[in-house]
Amino acid sequence: MGPSGSAPESTARVGALGAASRESTPVQPGVVPPAKVVPPAKIEVEGMDFYYGTNQVLEQIDLQIQQNQVTALIGPSGCGKSTFLRSLNRMNDIIPGARVEGSVRIDGRDIYAPSVDVVDLRRRVGMVFQKSNPFPKSVFENVAYGLRVNGMARSREELRARVESSLNAAALWDEVRDRLHSSALSLSGGQQQRLCIARALAVEPEILLMDEPASALDPIATQRIEELIYQLKSRYTIVIVTHNMQQAARVSDVTAFFWLGKLIEYDRTDKIFTAPVEKLTEDYVTGRFG
Amino acid sequence: MEPAEPVARVVRHFQAELERLKTRLLEMGGTAEENVRLAVMGLVERDANLIERVGAGDAPLNALHIEIDNRCFTLLALYQPMAADLRTIVAAVKINTDLERVGDLAVNVADAARRYTSHAPPKKLVNLPKMAEIAQAMLRDALDAFVRRDVELAQHVLDEDDRLDSLKTQIFRNLLTYMLQDPSTIEPALDLILVSRHLERIGDHATNIAEDVIFIVSGRDVRHHAADGT
Repeated sequence: MGPSGSAPESTARVGALGAASRESTPVQPGVVPPAKVVPPAKIEVEGMDFYYGTNQVLEQIDLQIQQNQVTALIGPSGCGKSTFLRSLNRMNDIIPGARVEGSVRIDGRDIYAPSVDVVDLRRRVGMVFQKSNPFPKSVFENVAYGLRVNGMARSREELRARVESSLNAAALWDEVRDRLHSSALSLSGGQQQRLCIARALAVEPEILLMDEPASALDPIATQRIEELIYQLKSRYTIVIVTHNMQQAARVSDVTAFFWLGKLIEYDRTDKIFTAPVEKLTEDYVTGRFG
Repeated sequence: MEPAEPVARVVRHFQAELERLKTRLLEMGGTAEENVRLAVMGLVERDANLIERVGAGDAPLNALHIEIDNRCFTLLALYQPMAADLRTIVAAVKINTDLERVGDLAVNVADAARRYTSHAPPKKLVNLPKMAEIAQAMLRDALDAFVRRDVELAQHVLDEDDRLDSLKTQIFRNLLTYMLQDPSTIEPALDLILVSRHLERIGDHATNIAEDVIFIVSGRDVRHHAADGT
C-alpha cells in the first residue's frame, strides 16, 4: 500500500456534488435549521496513483462515489478510466507489474489492505464487461454458478428462487423462463449481456462495475440495458465506463472526466454536459478533441 | 505525465453548420435593426417613404425566423450537441424569437408613425429619438456581444435598460401635460406613448439576447437575478 502522510492536493475540479444538501434554504429568525446529513461515500479514493511497471497510468486520483448513484467515467481511449474501474475490485491484480498507491476504501475499509479477501471483495463488487462472456453452459447454470461457488443456496428450491430473482432483476426472466436449460450462447447479444448482469447480481453485490456494457449492442438492446441500470441503482451503487457520451448523459447521476491519467472534472452529470467548468471537459464533450 | 494541450481542433461538419446558424442569426439581427431604424427615422423625419419600407422588410424576417428554428431543430436532432454547443443552439432558438418580436415591434412603430404624421406635431421630439438611439444601440451591442462572445458588452446592454425605462416614464409625464392642456394633442400624443412603449420592449428583447450571450459564454443564468441565489 502506498505511503501514508498528508493527503495530496487534488488536481481535479470537483463540483458541487450533493449540492442539494448545501443549497441555502430561507432561514426564519430564531429557528436553527436542522443540520443536513451528507451520507458517507460508498467508495472513497484518495491520492491514488496507478502504475503498470514504470508506466504511470493514473495520477493522484481523488474521488468519492456515493451509494445508490450511477457514476459515469468518461474520457478518451487510454485516459485510465478502465484501469480506474478495474482498481475498484482489484481486477488489475492479475496483471504483472500493476501497482497501486494511495487509498481505495469501500465503506471506510481499505480494499488493498493485506487482510482483504479478494474473492469476497469481488463478490461485493461485481463486474460486467464490454463483451458479454457467458459460460458455455445453460442459462440457469450461468446464474447458479456463483451461488454454488459461494455456498449461497442451501436447497434446490432456494437456488431456483435466487436464479429467478436475479434474472428478474436483470429484466431477462420473461424472455428466458421457458429456455432456462438451453445454452446461454443461443441467446441474442443483448440477452447475453443481461445474463451476465444477472450472473453478477446473483451473488448479491453492493457495487456493480460496468465496462462499456452496451458498446456491442444494437440501439434497442442498449436501451434495455440503460433502463436496467436506472432500475438497479435503487439497490446498487453503479460505476460505468462508457465511450458513448450520450449514454453517460442518459444513465448517470454524476460524471467523472479522465484525461491522460488525471481526473479533470467530477460533477453532476447535467452540469458536465451543459456547463462544465474545465475547458478540457468542454472540449471533450463537444467533440473538439481530434 | 506531462499534461499536453489537446491536438488542434478539427473543424467538422457540425462546426461549419453551427457557424452557418450564427451567420443567419446575425442577418436576421441586422434586418430587425434596420427596420427599427427606418421606422424611427420615418417618425422623426415625418417621411412616409421610410415608414412604408418597414412593412416590406418584415417578410424576410418571418422567413428567417422559420429557417433558423429549423436549423436549430436539425442540429439538435442530428448531432446531440453538448456543453457550449448545446448552450449556443438553445440560446439561438430564444434569440431568434426575440429578433422576430423586434421586427414586429418595428412594424408597430411604423403603424404609429403613419398615424402620427397625419396630425400636426404637438411638440418637437427630444426624448423619443434618444430612446430610439439607446434601444438600437442595445440591440446592436447585444448582437456584437453574441458574435464576439463578449460578456462585458452583454453586461453593458443589461445596464442600459434602466435608462430606457426612465426615458419612457419621462415621455409619458411630458405628454400627459400636453394632453391635459390641449385635447387635440391626445391622438398624436397617444401614438408617441405607444412608440415609447414599443422602443422599451425592443430594449427588453435586446436585454434577453444579452442574457443569452452571458449564458452561452459562461453557462451562467442571469435572468431574473437567478445568479444572485446560487
